[in-house]
Amino acid sequence: MIDAALTIWNAIPELLQIVIKIVAVVVPIMLSVAYLTLAERKVIGYIQVRIGPNRVGPRGLLQPIADGLKLAMKEIIIPTNANRFLFVLGPIFTLAPALVAWAVIPFDEGAAIANIDAGLLYILAMTSVGVYGVIIAGWASNSKYAFLGALRSSAQVISYEIAMGFALVVVLMAAGSLNLQDIVLAQKGELGLLDWFWLPLLPMFVVYFISGVAETNRAPFDVAEGESEIVAGFHVEYSGMTFAIFFLAEYANMILISVLTAIMFMGGWLSPFAGTMFEPVLGWIPGFFWLLAKTALLLFLFLWFRATFPRYRYDQIMRLGWKVFIPVTIVWILVVGCLVLGNVPPWFD
Amino acid sequence: MNAMNHYIKSFLLWELLKGLALTGKYLFARKITVQYPEEKTPQSGRFRGLHALRRYENGEERCIGCKLCEATCPALAITIESDQRDDGSRRTTLYEIDLFKCIYCGFCEEACPVDAIVETREFEYHFEKRGENIMTKDMLLSVGDRQEKQIAFDRTEDAPYR
Amino acid sequence: METLIFYIFSAILIASALAVITVRNPVHAVLFLVLTFFTCAAIWLMMEAEFLAITLVLVYVGAVMVLFLFVVMMLDINISVLREGFVKNAYVGIPVALIVVFELVAVVGSDRFGLDQVPAPLAHAADYSNTKELGRVLYTEYVYAFELAAVVLVVAIIAAIALTMRRRPDSKYQDPSAQVRVRRNDRLRIVKMAAEKKNKASE
Repeated sequence: MIDAALTIWNAIPELLQIVIKIVAVVVPIMLSVAYLTLAERKVIGYIQVRIGPNRVGPRGLLQPIADGLKLAMKEIIIPTNANRFLFVLGPIFTLAPALVAWAVIPFDEGAAIANIDAGLLYILAMTSVGVYGVIIAGWASNSKYAFLGALRSSAQVISYEIAMGFALVVVLMAAGSLNLQDIVLAQKGELGLLDWFWLPLLPMFVVYFISGVAETNRAPFDVAEGESEIVAGFHVEYSGMTFAIFFLAEYANMILISVLTAIMFMGGWLSPFAGTMFEPVLGWIPGFFWLLAKTALLLFLFLWFRATFPRYRYDQIMRLGWKVFIPVTIVWILVVGCLVLGNVPPWFD
Repeated sequence: MNAMNHYIKSFLLWELLKGLALTGKYLFARKITVQYPEEKTPQSGRFRGLHALRRYENGEERCIGCKLCEATCPALAITIESDQRDDGSRRTTLYEIDLFKCIYCGFCEEACPVDAIVETREFEYHFEKRGENIMTKDMLLSVGDRQEKQIAFDRTEDAPYR
Repeated sequence: METLIFYIFSAILIASALAVITVRNPVHAVLFLVLTFFTCAAIWLMMEAEFLAITLVLVYVGAVMVLFLFVVMMLDINISVLREGFVKNAYVGIPVALIVVFELVAVVGSDRFGLDQVPAPLAHAADYSNTKELGRVLYTEYVYAFELAAVVLVVAIIAAIALTMRRRPDSKYQDPSAQVRVRRNDRLRIVKMAAEKKNKASE
C-alpha cells in the first residue's frame, strides 16, 4: 500500500510535487486561521463569562465559514483618492510573507517543504517584509487614520524585530545552526521537556514571544489598530475581501509566531516525555501531534493576553522594546556564550 | 531594598501573571449568558414595553380624553383629539403614539387618572414599513384586550407600593 | 533552465532599477527599489550565496527601505518642480552619464569579468554552508577590517544620536520610565475617616 503510494508519488513531475506540498501546507493553515478566529471569540467569551458564538452550526462550528462568506460577498470599496494599485497590493503584501515563511517550518523530522541551511535567517527576512503591506495599505488609503496606524505599526514592528533578532541569535548560538531542523534536534535529550531551550533561554523565550505578540500587532500591542484613538488604524478604508485578507494575515502570523516559538524554545516535534518513564506509554504519538499541541498552547496564550491586558501606550511600547528587551537580550547573549563555552549539561554538552 | 524588590517583581512579570491568573480563573467560571429566544430573563411587573389602552369590565374604554398623558409626554409622542359622544361623555376620536418618538419613560401611565394608558410587558415587536411605528387607537385597544389579564395582575401586585 | 531563470530575473532587475529613476511617484520609486533588491537577492540565491541574499532582504528590504518609505511618504514632494531643470541640465548630464557608463564598462566589462576570465562558481556539495564559510573568513582573515567596520558604525550611531539629542525646554513630553517607576504611595494617601461625625449621634 505504502509502496504503491510512493511509486505514484515519484511518478509525478517535480514541479507538481512541490505544488502539492505547498497546497498540503497552506490549506490546513488557512483552515486553522479560520478556526482560530472562532477559538479566539470562544476563549475571550469564556473569560468574560459569556459563551461566545454558538448559533451557526453545532456549537457555532460553522461560524468562521459564515463570516468568510459574508466578507466575500461584501463590496470592496476603493476610496476615490486612494492609489488604486497599491491599495489592492497592500493586503496581498501582508498575507504573502505570512505564508511564505512556512516553507522552512519542519513539521516532523525531515518533513518540511524546503529544509534550507539558513532557515532562521529566511524566517527573519520574510517576517520583516510583512511590514510593507501595512505601510502600503496605510499610505494608499489616503486617510489620516490609516496613515497614522501604518506609521505606528511599522515603527513598532521594526523596533521589536531587533529584539526578536537578538533572541534568535541566542537560539542559534545555543543550537549552533541556522537550520530549523538542527535547532530542534539540538534540543533532543534524555530529560524530555527539561532538555528544551526554554529553560536555559527562559528570558529569550519570554522576549521572543512578547516581541512576537508585538510583531503581529496583537493586544496589548495593537496600537496600530487602536480603535479608541485612530478608528481601526491601517485598515479603516478596507472592506469585504480586502479586509478579510488583512484579517487572515494577522491570524496566519499568530500561528507562524507560535510555531516558531514551539520549534525554537519548546523542542518542535519532540515529545515532552522522551526519555522519561512515560515514554513507553506515549511513544506511539507522532511528533507532528506534539508540535500541534505546543502551537495550540502558545496560540491560547495570545488569546489569553488579549483578554487580560489593556492596550499599551505608544511611548511605553517603544520603551519596552528599546530599553528593556534589547538590553536583556544582549546580556543573555553573553550568558549563553559562557554556557556554551563551559559545555554546561544537559543542553550544551 | 524596595527598588530591588520592584525590579525582581517586574522581571518575573509578577503583576502580569497575577492578571493572567485572574482571567484564567474566570475562564472556568459558570457562564451567565442567557440564550435569548429559548431562555428569557425574568421580567418585573413594572416592565415598560408596548403601550395599551384598557377597558372597564363592561367593555367601556377607560380613556376620558383628558390629555394629561399628551401634556406630560417628554418626547411629544402622543397625539389626542377628543369629541363629545352621543351619550354626552367626552371620548377620544384620535389616540396615536409614535413609537419612534416614545422613550418608554412611563410618565403617561403615571399621569393617567383612570389607568387607561398603560405600558405592557410586551417588548418583542418590529416594524417593516414606514408608518407602522404609529400605534392607532384601535391597535392600542387591541393590545389592551389581549393583555388585560396580565395588566390587571401587575397593577394589583404593584398597588400597595403606590 | 537556470539560465532562463537568470535572464528573467535580470530583466526584472534592470527594468525595476530603471523604473526607480523614471517613475513620477516617489513612493512607487521606493517600491521599485524594493523589487530591485528582491530580484537581486534571487540572483544571488542562484549563485549559492544564500546568506548574502537573505541578509540583503533582511537588512535592506526589511529595515532600510522601510525607513526610506517612511520619509518619502511623509514628505510632500512636488515632482514638477524637481523636473524643471531636466532639459536645461541635459547637455551636462548626458555626457557625464555616458562617461560613467564608459568607465564602468571599462572596469567591470565582459573582458575582465566574462566567463573566460572568471569561471562560473562550482556547484558545492549539499552539506556546504555558505554561512559557515563567510563566518570563518570574517572572523579569521578579515577580522581587523570587520572590527574596524564595526567601530566606524558605532561611531556613526553615536554621532547620529548626539546630533539629534537635544532637549527643547518649551516642548512638553512624558517620561515613560518615570511613569513606570511611580509607586502607589507616591500618589495616593489613604485617610481613615469615620463614617459619621462623632458628635452627631449625641445631638
